[in-house]
Amino acid sequence: MTTKLRHVLETKTNILDVELIRSEFPILSRKVNGHPLVYLDNGASSQKPQQVISAISKYYTYENSNIHRGIHTLSQEATNAYEEARITVQKFIGAEHSHEVIFTEGTTESINLIASCYGKKHLTSGDEVIISTMEHHSNIVPWQMICEEKGAVLKVVPINDKGEFLMDEYENLLSDKTKLVAISHVSNTLGTINPVKEIVAKAHQKGALVLIDGAQAVPHTKVDVQELDCDFYAFSAHKMFGPTGVGILYGKEDLLNDLPPYQGGGDMIKTVTFEKTTYNELPHKFEAGTPNIVGGIAIAEAIKYINKIGIDKIEAYEHELLAYATEQIQQIDGVKIIGEAEKKASVLSFIVDGTHPSDIGMIIDKLGVAIRTGHHCTEPLMNRFNIPGTARASFAFYNTFEEVDIFINALKKAIKMLV
Amino acid sequence: MTIKEAQDEIIDEFALFDEWMDKYEHIIELGKDLPLIEEQYKTEENLIKGCQSRVWLHAELTNDNNIVFTADSDAIITKGIIALMIRVFSNHTPKEIAQSELYFIDQIGLKEHLSPTRSNGLLSMVKQIKMYSIAFQAKA
Ligand SMILES: Cc1ncc(COP(=O)(O)O)c(C=O)c1O
Repeated sequence: MTTKLRHVLETKTNILDVELIRSEFPILSRKVNGHPLVYLDNGASSQKPQQVISAISKYYTYENSNIHRGIHTLSQEATNAYEEARITVQKFIGAEHSHEVIFTEGTTESINLIASCYGKKHLTSGDEVIISTMEHHSNIVPWQMICEEKGAVLKVVPINDKGEFLMDEYENLLSDKTKLVAISHVSNTLGTINPVKEIVAKAHQKGALVLIDGAQAVPHTKVDVQELDCDFYAFSAHKMFGPTGVGILYGKEDLLNDLPPYQGGGDMIKTVTFEKTTYNELPHKFEAGTPNIVGGIAIAEAIKYINKIGIDKIEAYEHELLAYATEQIQQIDGVKIIGEAEKKASVLSFIVDGTHPSDIGMIIDKLGVAIRTGHHCTEPLMNRFNIPGTARASFAFYNTFEEVDIFINALKKAIKMLV
Repeated sequence: MTIKEAQDEIIDEFALFDEWMDKYEHIIELGKDLPLIEEQYKTEENLIKGCQSRVWLHAELTNDNNIVFTADSDAIITKGIIALMIRVFSNHTPKEIAQSELYFIDQIGLKEHLSPTRSNGLLSMVKQIKMYSIAFQAKA
């Protein structure tokens, strides 16, 4: 063991009590293909602590009823729980008002909502929307669709070979025609942490709005939407230890008030007559129909869990874990890391000479190690690197240094079999 | 050898492996040994696009009414399984192929590779093999 390694291994125990944390995630003790599960696919979806699972179960066992509509006790309790959850989210991301927090189905719906509502009202022929090469399909396709509909133009900020956002190129693309900029906070494929605060400031100088896709940032780093000064921020509960099917759209109050509603239905209205309907106020204007009530409650529970551990500690620990994994993988012949930005979060994407990522993924799955292989919903980014896909290990704070070793050994075994 | 006999032979062969690793090493070897599809047939038309790996399949009808399949993949495990499929289906009449039942993949414990979630193109390849047999039957 090198001294560097030992140092890393020693510091880890001081940051987090990972053993205790692991005991709070029931799934982590199961076996896969006869081996203890090593779950390194957190970028796709994270696991859930007992606290979140229990909250879901408790809701359906004791509290279930519809919200905002009932006079009876259960309905009021459910409504309170749901609205308290909104406040928990508000505080977590540092929003000024709780009604700036809109519950959605996830990042994808949050982005589609803005693309659709903002686009409908404000985009016209010749306007420009800026994204980057490293965007997830969820932050590409909605913009393509609305741009096509409105005759607007989609511009793409290139990246360098390390997978870093090119600020100069971005500044060149920004102009009076730019209406909106949509950029990921953290790249799901490369792990790159983008300088979103600077990106926002530069867009604002040109009078453009900014949406940040925070799906991969919120589970790993402190997000403060007021500090970033972003106009919209989108993320999903299932990547931050909460359930699937629920996510958040944050938007500045005046901007959300200015937008038309997304879907029509119950809850989003003030009064309905066949002649004219008036819309409800924020946040309900954007939450038509019975929402994912338990999802809202559970996302708040996930946030409480994150807060209990401390996002700063999570970030520090994961930083060490990624550094260790990077150092270990670099020692394997033929491995090339895709995404070598100065600032990275919890993602290790790589390819191996003479192998296809899916072959690697299949073999190490047999050894109990779950990673993701493929294009990770970032096909344009794969084209930029001229590769069909990568193998990607993505970490969470419940992963251990020992698990990194298991992963590295499994990878070595796979390479030996394949090459 | 009939399609059924070829499948039974493969099942017997794989029964020798106790360990998944030996089985996969064998598949990988088969993949490496698979004669490459001729470059001219690696066309967009012959491409069966899976989410994970790409598979090319080319079919030709010989004068004595047998279909000869050649195929390739950019992933080696997929390619090994393709080699097995070709061993089973190639050089049979369209009618034999159309009427055959594919069961060896299940029996040798590789069922997961034909699941839609693997999206490796293998499931589509099986469908494509059947389609060719039906198309060539119609022509005959
Ligand atoms: C960066 C990024 N954006 C958007 C998404 C889409 O999130 P969801 O599928 O939860 O809507 C993901 C998830 O894969 C992602 O990683």
